[in-house]
Amino acid sequence: MWNSPSEFFAMGGYALYVWSSFGICFLVLILELLMVRARFKAIVSRLKQEQLAERFDKEIGN
Amino acid sequence: MSQVNNFSNHRLVNWFQLSSPSAFYPVAGKLIPFFWALTFLFGAAGLWVSFFVAPVDAVQGQGYRIIFIHVPASWMSMFIYLVMAAWAGLGLILNARLSAMMAQALAPIGAWMAFLSLWTGAFWGKPMWGAWWVWDARLTSELILLFLYLGFIALRASIDDPRRADKASAILALVGVVNVPIIYFSVKWWNTLHQGASVSLTKAPAMAQTMLLGMLLMALCFWMYTIAVTLMRVRAIILEREAHTDWVRQLIEVRN
Repeated sequence: MWNSPSEFFAMGGYALYVWSSFGICFLVLILELLMVRARFKAIVSRLKQEQLAERFDKEIGN
Repeated sequence: MSQVNNFSNHRLVNWFQLSSPSAFYPVAGKLIPFFWALTFLFGAAGLWVSFFVAPVDAVQGQGYRIIFIHVPASWMSMFIYLVMAAWAGLGLILNARLSAMMAQALAPIGAWMAFLSLWTGAFWGKPMWGAWWVWDARLTSELILLFLYLGFIALRASIDDPRRADKASAILALVGVVNVPIIYFSVKWWNTLHQGASVSLTKAPAMAQTMLLGMLLMALCFWMYTIAVTLMRVRAIILEREAHTDWVRQLIEVRN
Protein backbone atom coordinates (compact mmCIF):
# COMPACT_ATOMS: atom_id res chain seq x y z
CA MET A 1 0.00 0.00 0.00
CA TRP A 2 2.88 2.37 0.79
CA ASN A 3 5.64 2.59 -1.81
CA SER A 4 8.16 4.47 0.34
CA PRO A 5 8.60 5.64 3.95
CA SER A 6 8.16 9.27 2.87
CA GLU A 7 4.83 8.40 1.30
CA PHE A 8 3.81 6.80 4.57
CA PHE A 9 4.74 9.89 6.60
CA ALA A 10 3.01 12.20 4.13
CA MET A 11 -0.31 10.33 4.71
CA GLY A 12 -1.64 11.44 1.35
CA GLY A 13 -1.45 15.11 2.33
CA TYR A 14 -3.11 14.61 5.74
CA ALA A 15 0.17 14.30 7.65
CA LEU A 16 -0.56 17.22 10.04
CA TYR A 17 -3.98 15.88 11.03
CA VAL A 18 -3.17 12.18 11.24
CA TRP A 19 0.14 12.57 13.08
CA SER A 20 -1.04 15.17 15.55
CA SER A 21 -4.00 12.94 16.43
CA PHE A 22 -1.87 9.85 16.91
CA GLY A 23 0.98 11.85 18.48
CA ILE A 24 -1.16 13.52 21.14
CA CYS A 25 -2.90 10.23 21.84
CA PHE A 26 0.44 8.52 22.41
CA LEU A 27 1.68 11.44 24.53
CA VAL A 28 -1.44 11.42 26.73
CA LEU A 29 -1.24 7.68 27.33
CA ILE A 30 2.46 7.96 28.31
CA LEU A 31 1.84 11.04 30.48
CA GLU A 32 -1.07 9.40 32.29
CA LEU A 33 1.09 6.37 33.08
CA LEU A 34 3.91 8.57 34.41
CA MET A 35 1.49 10.56 36.57
CA VAL A 36 0.02 7.41 38.10
CA ARG A 37 3.49 6.03 38.80
CA ALA A 38 4.56 9.31 40.40
CA ARG A 39 1.45 9.26 42.63
CA PHE A 40 2.17 5.69 43.73
CA LYS A 41 5.83 6.43 44.43
CA ALA A 42 4.90 9.57 46.38
CA ILE A 43 2.57 7.73 48.76
CA VAL A 44 5.03 4.85 49.24
CA SER A 45 7.88 7.22 50.10
CA ARG A 46 5.59 9.17 52.46
CA LEU A 47 4.67 5.96 54.27
CA LYS A 48 8.35 5.00 54.49
CA GLN A 49 9.23 8.39 55.93
CA GLU A 50 6.51 8.03 58.54
CA GLN A 51 7.79 4.64 59.64
CA LEU A 52 11.34 5.96 59.81
CA ALA A 53 10.20 8.91 61.91
CA GLU A 54 8.36 6.58 64.30
CA ARG A 55 11.43 4.39 64.70
CA PHE A 56 13.59 7.39 65.54
CA ASP A 57 10.96 8.55 68.02
CA LYS A 58 11.11 5.16 69.76
CA GLU A 59 14.91 5.01 69.80
CA ILE A 60 15.21 8.49 71.26
CA GLY A 61 12.45 7.74 73.76
CA ASN A 62 14.29 4.70 75.16
CA MET B 1 -15.29 -27.53 62.63
CA SER B 2 -14.25 -28.05 59.03
CA GLN B 3 -17.90 -28.04 57.93
CA VAL B 4 -18.33 -24.45 58.95
CA ASN B 5 -18.35 -21.83 56.24
CA ASN B 6 -17.71 -24.23 53.38
CA PHE B 7 -19.92 -22.14 51.13
CA SER B 8 -17.39 -19.40 50.63
CA ASN B 9 -14.31 -21.59 50.95
CA HIS B 10 -15.21 -23.79 48.02
CA ARG B 11 -15.43 -20.91 45.61
CA LEU B 12 -12.57 -20.41 43.18
CA VAL B 13 -12.46 -16.72 44.01
CA ASN B 14 -14.10 -15.31 47.07
CA TRP B 15 -15.59 -12.09 45.69
CA PHE B 16 -16.80 -10.81 49.04
CA GLN B 17 -13.34 -11.02 50.48
CA LEU B 18 -11.98 -9.14 47.47
CA SER B 19 -14.20 -6.20 48.27
CA SER B 20 -11.93 -5.19 51.12
CA PRO B 21 -9.03 -2.90 50.15
CA SER B 22 -6.48 -5.05 52.00
CA ALA B 23 -7.40 -8.15 49.99
CA PHE B 24 -7.80 -6.33 46.70
CA TYR B 25 -4.48 -4.46 46.86
CA PRO B 26 -2.14 -7.47 46.28
CA VAL B 27 -4.49 -9.05 43.71
CA ALA B 28 -4.55 -5.80 41.71
CA GLY B 29 -0.75 -5.72 41.86
CA LYS B 30 -0.53 -9.19 40.33
CA LEU B 31 -3.02 -8.36 37.56
CA ILE B 32 -1.29 -5.18 36.34
CA PRO B 33 1.55 -6.80 34.27
CA PHE B 34 -1.00 -9.08 32.60
CA PHE B 35 -3.08 -6.11 31.42
CA TRP B 36 0.04 -4.24 30.22
CA ALA B 37 0.97 -7.26 28.11
CA LEU B 38 -2.50 -7.28 26.57
CA THR B 39 -2.30 -3.51 25.96
CA PHE B 40 0.91 -3.88 23.95
CA LEU B 41 -0.35 -6.93 22.12
CA PHE B 42 -3.62 -5.30 20.99
CA GLY B 43 -1.86 -1.97 20.43
CA ALA B 44 0.77 -3.43 18.11
CA ALA B 45 -1.81 -5.45 16.18
CA GLY B 46 -4.21 -2.49 16.05
CA LEU B 47 -1.59 -0.03 14.75
CA TRP B 48 -0.41 -2.51 12.17
CA VAL B 49 -3.94 -3.05 10.88
CA SER B 50 -4.72 0.70 10.99
CA PHE B 51 -1.70 1.73 8.94
CA PHE B 52 -0.70 -1.25 6.83
CA VAL B 53 -3.77 -3.42 6.29
CA ALA B 54 -6.82 -1.16 6.19
CA PRO B 55 -7.27 0.21 2.63
CA VAL B 56 -7.37 3.90 1.79
CA ASP B 57 -10.83 5.48 2.02
CA ALA B 58 -12.52 6.34 -1.29
CA VAL B 59 -13.76 9.75 -0.09
CA GLN B 60 -11.42 10.86 2.70
CA GLY B 61 -8.11 9.47 1.42
CA GLN B 62 -5.55 8.67 4.11
CA GLY B 63 -7.06 11.27 6.46
CA TYR B 64 -9.73 8.83 7.61
CA ARG B 65 -7.11 6.85 9.57
CA ILE B 66 -7.81 9.11 12.54
CA ILE B 67 -10.91 6.93 12.99
CA PHE B 68 -8.71 4.21 14.53
CA ILE B 69 -8.16 6.30 17.65
CA HIS B 70 -11.13 8.66 17.47
CA VAL B 71 -13.82 6.00 17.68
CA PRO B 72 -12.13 3.83 20.38
CA ALA B 73 -11.42 6.93 22.50
CA SER B 74 -15.05 8.05 22.16
CA TRP B 75 -16.37 4.60 23.03
CA MET B 76 -14.10 4.40 26.04
CA SER B 77 -15.04 7.87 27.27
CA MET B 78 -18.71 6.82 27.42
CA PHE B 79 -18.06 3.30 28.66
CA ILE B 80 -15.72 4.43 31.45
CA TYR B 81 -18.34 6.95 32.59
CA LEU B 82 -20.95 4.19 32.91
CA VAL B 83 -18.53 1.96 34.83
CA MET B 84 -17.49 4.87 37.04
CA ALA B 85 -21.10 5.75 37.81
CA ALA B 86 -21.88 2.09 38.53
CA TRP B 87 -19.00 1.86 41.04
CA ALA B 88 -20.02 5.18 42.59
CA GLY B 89 -23.63 4.01 42.90
CA LEU B 90 -22.56 0.68 44.37
CA GLY B 91 -20.40 2.54 46.88
CA LEU B 92 -23.38 4.69 47.80
CA ILE B 93 -25.77 1.74 48.26
CA LEU B 94 -23.42 -0.68 50.03
CA ASN B 95 -21.39 2.00 51.76
CA ALA B 96 -18.30 0.20 50.44
CA ARG B 97 -14.98 2.02 50.43
CA LEU B 98 -13.38 0.07 47.61
CA SER B 99 -16.25 0.80 45.20
CA ALA B 100 -15.89 4.52 45.80
CA MET B 101 -12.13 4.22 45.33
CA MET B 102 -12.68 2.48 41.98
CA ALA B 103 -14.91 5.35 40.85
CA GLN B 104 -12.27 7.82 42.02
CA ALA B 105 -9.56 5.91 40.10
CA LEU B 106 -11.57 5.81 36.86
CA ALA B 107 -12.33 9.53 36.61
CA PRO B 108 -8.92 10.80 35.34
CA ILE B 109 -8.55 8.21 32.57
CA GLY B 110 -12.16 8.82 31.55
CA ALA B 111 -11.45 12.54 31.31
CA TRP B 112 -8.38 11.82 29.18
CA MET B 113 -10.43 9.63 26.84
CA ALA B 114 -13.05 12.37 26.45
CA PHE B 115 -10.24 14.85 25.76
CA LEU B 116 -8.70 12.53 23.15
CA SER B 117 -12.08 12.04 21.52
CA LEU B 118 -12.52 15.82 21.19
CA TRP B 119 -8.91 16.44 20.13
CA THR B 120 -8.80 13.76 17.42
CA GLY B 121 -12.29 14.87 16.36
CA ALA B 122 -11.02 18.43 15.90
CA PHE B 123 -8.07 17.22 13.81
CA TRP B 124 -10.44 15.13 11.75
CA GLY B 125 -13.09 17.81 11.41
CA LYS B 126 -10.67 20.46 10.17
CA PRO B 127 -9.69 18.72 6.88
CA MET B 128 -13.09 17.08 6.29
CA TRP B 129 -15.61 19.70 7.45
CA GLY B 130 -13.35 22.75 7.27
CA ALA B 131 -13.79 23.58 10.97
CA TRP B 132 -11.96 22.57 14.15
CA TRP B 133 -15.14 22.87 16.14
CA VAL B 134 -18.86 23.27 15.53
CA TRP B 135 -21.68 23.34 18.07
CA ASP B 136 -22.99 20.06 16.74
CA ALA B 137 -25.15 17.95 19.06
CA ARG B 138 -22.62 15.15 19.41
CA LEU B 139 -19.59 17.39 19.87
CA THR B 140 -21.39 19.48 22.46
CA SER B 141 -22.63 16.49 24.46
CA GLU B 142 -19.12 14.96 24.39
CA LEU B 143 -17.74 18.28 25.72
CA ILE B 144 -20.31 18.11 28.53
CA LEU B 145 -19.04 14.59 29.29
CA LEU B 146 -15.52 15.99 29.68
CA PHE B 147 -16.89 18.67 32.03
CA LEU B 148 -18.74 16.00 34.04
CA TYR B 149 -15.47 14.12 34.55
CA LEU B 150 -13.67 17.33 35.53
CA GLY B 151 -16.56 18.29 37.82
CA PHE B 152 -16.39 14.87 39.49
CA ILE B 153 -12.64 15.26 40.08
CA ALA B 154 -12.98 18.86 41.28
CA LEU B 155 -15.86 18.05 43.64
CA ARG B 156 -13.84 15.24 45.21
CA ALA B 157 -10.82 17.49 45.58
CA SER B 158 -12.88 20.21 47.28
CA ILE B 159 -14.18 17.96 50.12
CA ASP B 160 -11.61 17.09 52.78
CA ASP B 161 -13.40 14.08 54.30
CA PRO B 162 -13.00 11.21 51.77
CA ARG B 163 -16.19 9.45 52.84
CA ARG B 164 -18.25 12.60 52.32
CA ALA B 165 -16.44 13.18 49.02
CA ASP B 166 -17.44 9.63 48.00
CA LYS B 167 -21.12 10.39 48.60
CA ALA B 168 -21.24 13.82 46.98
CA SER B 169 -19.29 12.76 43.89
CA ALA B 170 -21.41 9.59 43.55
CA ILE B 171 -24.56 11.72 43.26
CA LEU B 172 -22.89 13.88 40.60
CA ALA B 173 -21.72 10.78 38.68
CA LEU B 174 -25.20 9.21 38.79
CA VAL B 175 -26.97 12.37 37.64
CA GLY B 176 -24.49 12.73 34.79
CA VAL B 177 -25.33 9.26 33.42
CA VAL B 178 -28.24 10.86 31.54
CA ASN B 179 -25.66 12.46 29.23
CA VAL B 180 -24.30 9.14 27.91
CA PRO B 181 -27.41 8.08 25.94
CA ILE B 182 -27.68 11.67 24.73
CA ILE B 183 -24.18 11.41 23.22
CA TYR B 184 -24.85 7.98 21.80
CA PHE B 185 -28.16 8.82 20.13
CA SER B 186 -27.35 12.45 19.31
CA VAL B 187 -26.61 11.63 15.67
CA LYS B 188 -30.05 10.04 15.36
CA TRP B 189 -32.10 12.56 17.33
CA TRP B 190 -30.63 15.70 15.81
CA ASN B 191 -29.63 15.94 12.21
CA THR B 192 -26.45 17.98 12.58
CA LEU B 193 -22.98 17.74 11.11
CA HIS B 194 -21.49 14.67 12.79
CA GLN B 195 -21.92 11.49 10.75
CA GLY B 196 -24.05 8.58 11.91
CA ALA B 197 -22.73 5.50 13.66
CA SER B 198 -20.24 3.50 11.59
CA VAL B 199 -20.79 0.41 13.70
CA SER B 200 -24.23 -0.70 14.79
CA LEU B 201 -25.33 -3.62 16.93
CA THR B 202 -28.33 -4.35 14.74
CA LYS B 203 -27.08 -3.71 11.21
CA ALA B 204 -24.08 -4.92 9.26
CA PRO B 205 -21.26 -2.36 9.63
CA ALA B 206 -21.10 0.16 6.80
CA MET B 207 -17.35 -0.18 6.34
CA ALA B 208 -14.64 -2.55 5.16
CA GLN B 209 -14.01 -5.54 7.40
CA THR B 210 -10.35 -4.61 7.90
CA MET B 211 -11.28 -1.08 9.03
CA LEU B 212 -13.67 -2.56 11.57
CA LEU B 213 -10.98 -4.99 12.73
CA GLY B 214 -8.50 -2.13 13.22
CA MET B 215 -11.04 -0.17 15.27
CA LEU B 216 -11.89 -3.16 17.43
CA LEU B 217 -8.20 -3.96 18.08
CA MET B 218 -7.49 -0.34 19.04
CA ALA B 219 -10.57 -0.31 21.26
CA LEU B 220 -9.33 -3.47 23.02
CA CYS B 221 -5.90 -1.82 23.44
CA PHE B 222 -7.51 1.27 25.04
CA TRP B 223 -9.67 -0.96 27.20
CA MET B 224 -6.72 -2.99 28.53
CA TYR B 225 -4.73 0.23 29.03
CA THR B 226 -7.62 1.68 31.04
CA ILE B 227 -7.78 -1.39 33.27
CA ALA B 228 -4.00 -1.42 33.82
CA VAL B 229 -3.80 2.29 34.67
CA THR B 230 -6.93 2.15 36.83
CA LEU B 231 -5.56 -0.76 38.86
CA MET B 232 -2.32 1.20 39.37
CA ARG B 233 -4.21 4.30 40.43
CA VAL B 234 -6.58 2.44 42.74
CA ARG B 235 -3.55 0.92 44.49
CA ALA B 236 -2.14 4.40 45.10
CA ILE B 237 -5.55 5.57 46.35
CA ILE B 238 -5.84 2.56 48.68
CA LEU B 239 -2.45 3.38 50.22
CA GLU B 240 -3.38 7.06 50.57
CA ARG B 241 -6.71 6.40 52.21
CA GLU B 242 -5.67 3.40 54.34
CA ALA B 243 -2.32 4.87 55.38
CA HIS B 244 -3.24 4.68 59.07
CA THR B 245 -4.11 0.94 59.05
CA ASP B 246 -1.90 -1.88 60.27
CA TRP B 247 -1.99 -3.88 57.06
CA VAL B 248 -0.57 -0.97 55.06
CA ARG B 249 2.20 -0.53 57.60
CA GLN B 250 3.07 -4.23 57.28
CA LEU B 251 3.43 -4.07 53.48
CA ILE B 252 6.84 -4.96 52.04
CA GLU B 253 6.97 -1.90 49.80
CA VAL B 254 6.51 0.62 52.61
CA ARG B 255 8.97 -0.98 55.05
CA ASN B 256 12.48 0.34 55.23
